[in-house]
Amino acid sequence: MLKNCSFSIHENEAVAIIGHNGSGKSTIAKLMNGLLFPQEGEILINGQPVNAETVWDIRKDVGMVFQNPDNQFVGTTVQDDIAFGMENRGIPRDEMVKRIAQTLDAVGMQDYRLTEPHKLSGGQKQRVAIASVLAIFPKVLILDEATAMLDPKGRKEIMNTVTMVQEQRHLSLITITHDLQEVVQAERVIVMNKGKVWDEATPRGIFARKGELRSIGLDVPFVAILSEELRKAGVPIMNEVLDQDELLEELWTSHSTM
Amino acid sequence: MDITFNHVSYIYQANTPFAHKAIDDLSFHIPSGSFTAVVGHTGSGKSTLIQHLNGLIRPSDGEVSIGDYRLTNNAKPADMKELRSRVGVVFQYPEHQLFEETVKKDIAFGPENFGVASEEIDKRISRITADVGLNEEQLERSPFDLSGGQMRRVAIAGVLAVQPEVLVLDEPTAGLDPRGQHEMMEMFHNLHEQQRLTTILVTHSMEDAVRYADHVIILNNGTKYMEGKPEDVLSRKEALQRVQLDVPEMVQFLDAFEKKFGKKIPFRRQSAAAIASEIRDRLREGDRYE
Repeated sequence: MLKNCSFSIHENEAVAIIGHNGSGKSTIAKLMNGLLFPQEGEILINGQPVNAETVWDIRKDVGMVFQNPDNQFVGTTVQDDIAFGMENRGIPRDEMVKRIAQTLDAVGMQDYRLTEPHKLSGGQKQRVAIASVLAIFPKVLILDEATAMLDPKGRKEIMNTVTMVQEQRHLSLITITHDLQEVVQAERVIVMNKGKVWDEATPRGIFARKGELRSIGLDVPFVAILSEELRKAGVPIMNEVLDQDELLEELWTSHSTM
Repeated sequence: MDITFNHVSYIYQANTPFAHKAIDDLSFHIPSGSFTAVVGHTGSGKSTLIQHLNGLIRPSDGEVSIGDYRLTNNAKPADMKELRSRVGVVFQYPEHQLFEETVKKDIAFGPENFGVASEEIDKRISRITADVGLNEEQLERSPFDLSGGQMRRVAIAGVLAVQPEVLVLDEPTAGLDPRGQHEMMEMFHNLHEQQRLTTILVTHSMEDAVRYADHVIILNNGTKYMEGKPEDVLSRKEALQRVQLDVPEMVQFLDAFEKKFGKKIPFRRQSAAAIASEIRDRLREGDRYE
């Protein structure tokens, strides 16, 4: 699945990992919190190697939210669910009560403390899953296609929540995704292809390689496609654009020199 | 087969304190041979709507007609099985429904149950295998040894092997990667054209609705919010945003372009290349007046 992969992710950095299905993205996620161990090479989290002895310590630092909102609930109420992870780590009751309130506040779910999980929407469930992870005070938060099963509204809820949480807590955020909006929001993008790191750059740098991205089965944003077509049609677009405002700005500049 | 909903309502757990109206006085007509996209939020009634199409549920009120079959609260077609052989439904994550020992047996399960002769099933399987992008060697393998995308193709092949006239797709590309999503939508588009199916696509993707559908129905809170041609319905930015739906990126861009340059380029589902030349022409024509 993975061949000779090396990269580092910094503290307080938002990184997106993209790649077609089977490219090794989720294997990376599972290696990062010791659900799998590498057959060759080494993974260091905060200077500590991930192995059978350190895995329980590592998991205090690395929180993970998975794709399917329905597979991540154990509690009968939202607060029980958040308490579960903390109970496993022997956190005292007073502290748990405090953290439940804090984390529900952080994901905007404070009104749902006593709600039964099955009554929540997909987006709300994923926000609770994020709260459960945050309650452990991780240093790294991994979202493994956590928005893939949500509708557009749920997706926005999660991305707003995650951006807010990252700002407040200075986490390393790793988003494994196919969603272009999530990629554009990252500071850095790691592109996986056939088990190898294909490229590592800013979103702008990555999307500049449009044709190649498509050839490895990935999408490029509509504005990147349109600016390519504009160039073909004879409208000069000087800079690589990431969103509509940037493209309109480019058009404005080229318009005044046309 | 054409499909008509005539003042249809559906209430879950009727006559209990938990009664919930999932569809409320819904009327629309889907012409035979059309490609209809049904768009709406989670909870807007999409899944309830499609369960009526092959008689899994019957309306609490009103009437559903599918070709000559009629479904009302107290009447159902004499031959429900026949209706189900003519309306194929691909549910969300259909790969979860695979169960047989081999891919071939799994695909054959549907047509066998509808009494199709085994030589005919074999013929259909070899044709459908190619249509859905599986290869012959995979037929003897366990479906559980395949990748997620391939498993989904097996499940879809099982629905197609019954040779339905109406194909209902409930978010068929959810969870696939971009290439997988594109290939799967192209596959449904080709099947639709080649076999003159009536296709109903439930989706959150406005881009897919724009690209593939010729008819769009937007649901909100169990009622019909908008209906019409994709270029008319999906270009109504304010109306879509009012029910918190996305607007196709092209529509968003043309709207922002008009605000910035004061020039309107109408949305006609044109390609990015066509938009680019229109933008060029509009920007140049502006210069002449300056």
